[in-house]
Amino acid sequence: MSRLERKLTAGEFVVTAEMPTIDGGGFPEIQRQLAPMKAWVDAVNATDNPAAHAHASPLAVSIALKACGVEPVMQLACRDRNRLNLQAEIVGAAMHGIENISCMTGDDVVAGDEPETRRVFDLDSPQLIAVAEGLRNGRYLSGRVLEPAPHLFIGAVENPGAPPYEHRVARAEKKAGAGARFLQLQISFTPDRLEAFMAGAVASGLAARCALIPSILIVRSALALKFVDDKVAGIEVPPELIARAEAAADQQLECFEIACELADHARSLPGVAGLHFISFRKDAGIAKLCQRLGIKPRAERDQPHGNSPALAV
Amino acid sequence: MSLLETVEHAVKGPVWDCRMCGQCVLHDTGLTCPMTCPKTLRNGPCGGVRPDGTCEVKPEMRCVWVKAYARADRIPVWGDHIHDLRPPVDNRLKGTSSWRNLLSGRDKETPAGWAAGDVAP
Repeated sequence: MSRLERKLTAGEFVVTAEMPTIDGGGFPEIQRQLAPMKAWVDAVNATDNPAAHAHASPLAVSIALKACGVEPVMQLACRDRNRLNLQAEIVGAAMHGIENISCMTGDDVVAGDEPETRRVFDLDSPQLIAVAEGLRNGRYLSGRVLEPAPHLFIGAVENPGAPPYEHRVARAEKKAGAGARFLQLQISFTPDRLEAFMAGAVASGLAARCALIPSILIVRSALALKFVDDKVAGIEVPPELIARAEAAADQQLECFEIACELADHARSLPGVAGLHFISFRKDAGIAKLCQRLGIKPRAERDQPHGNSPALAV
Repeated sequence: MSLLETVEHAVKGPVWDCRMCGQCVLHDTGLTCPMTCPKTLRNGPCGGVRPDGTCEVKPEMRCVWVKAYARADRIPVWGDHIHDLRPPVDNRLKGTSSWRNLLSGRDKETPAGWAAGDVAP
């Protein structure tokens, strides 16, 4: 059983982070990227061609993460892979002891640097979750037996900050019903949207059976906030937040403060099972944010304390 | 294309922009065709919907699923079906008549390993 599964099942607060994309440099590059965050996180996401830009594959990066002593969450996007490939990647990952899978639709090819690419979308994300659940139960989509069945901890993503807002909990419910046991929530700069989603998820019982993990993005300038607002599909940055960063004497410090406030708010919401941090720079942003929030390094958090309510997932 | 396919496309094309997937789910999706979504998502919207409810891929188009949920809320009969998990598309049925496939039950056939709702503990 993966650490992520064990902790979320036990109701322990988890910290996950996004692995920056890897192109060249091999293991030394992976180690360099991991160094500032390694001590703080329970698991790290290996992304699947984020924003429709090609990079080292999530399976390759997941294997490297494991070799570096970090538990991977392997993302799989439906954009570039048909159902045969998706199943092959999951079974191949399981062969390497990679259990945490995060299923997603994927940004469209128009978001990338090769917009002429053919879209695949042979499955959608709820279907991919159901197919992964089938593999976990020892069968391929065709019905062919897979023995022994791989141990998988299947998750997905959801975006509380994109329309149709009032139906996002229902969409998350569909994913949980298909077999998702954790959902990493898209970066949100609109706390009221996240709050409404979490309230709905608690009311419907979703938060009790599926671990919900909001994402926090650490940026260093108002320009970066503007970029996210303009270019990243599904993320809205309120103009007043950009103005606040612009007006600050030290933009990097102000952006860090904004991340702290959003993280503090997110973790205060009932039903939140952990936080997912994203920092695209090879800096100590994630460590600093954890320290500021009073989140201890993993080794210290792993000491028995027994003060978290149990969460059945 | 046989006569039946031609007639079906002539009827459903202008009204729903039908793409002749051969396994129609219009009645489950608020009478909005999910195959008109640039990602052909049959189980709800992606995370890229713009704040004004338009599509990530085609900003001039309202998100298919924003429309679908709104319409499903107004349909008394099949409104709840929108929450059902729809199986993967059978790509062999593309271009065939969904009317014929509905009557024959062919559009309900799923791979043996597809067990929606059959989630083990």
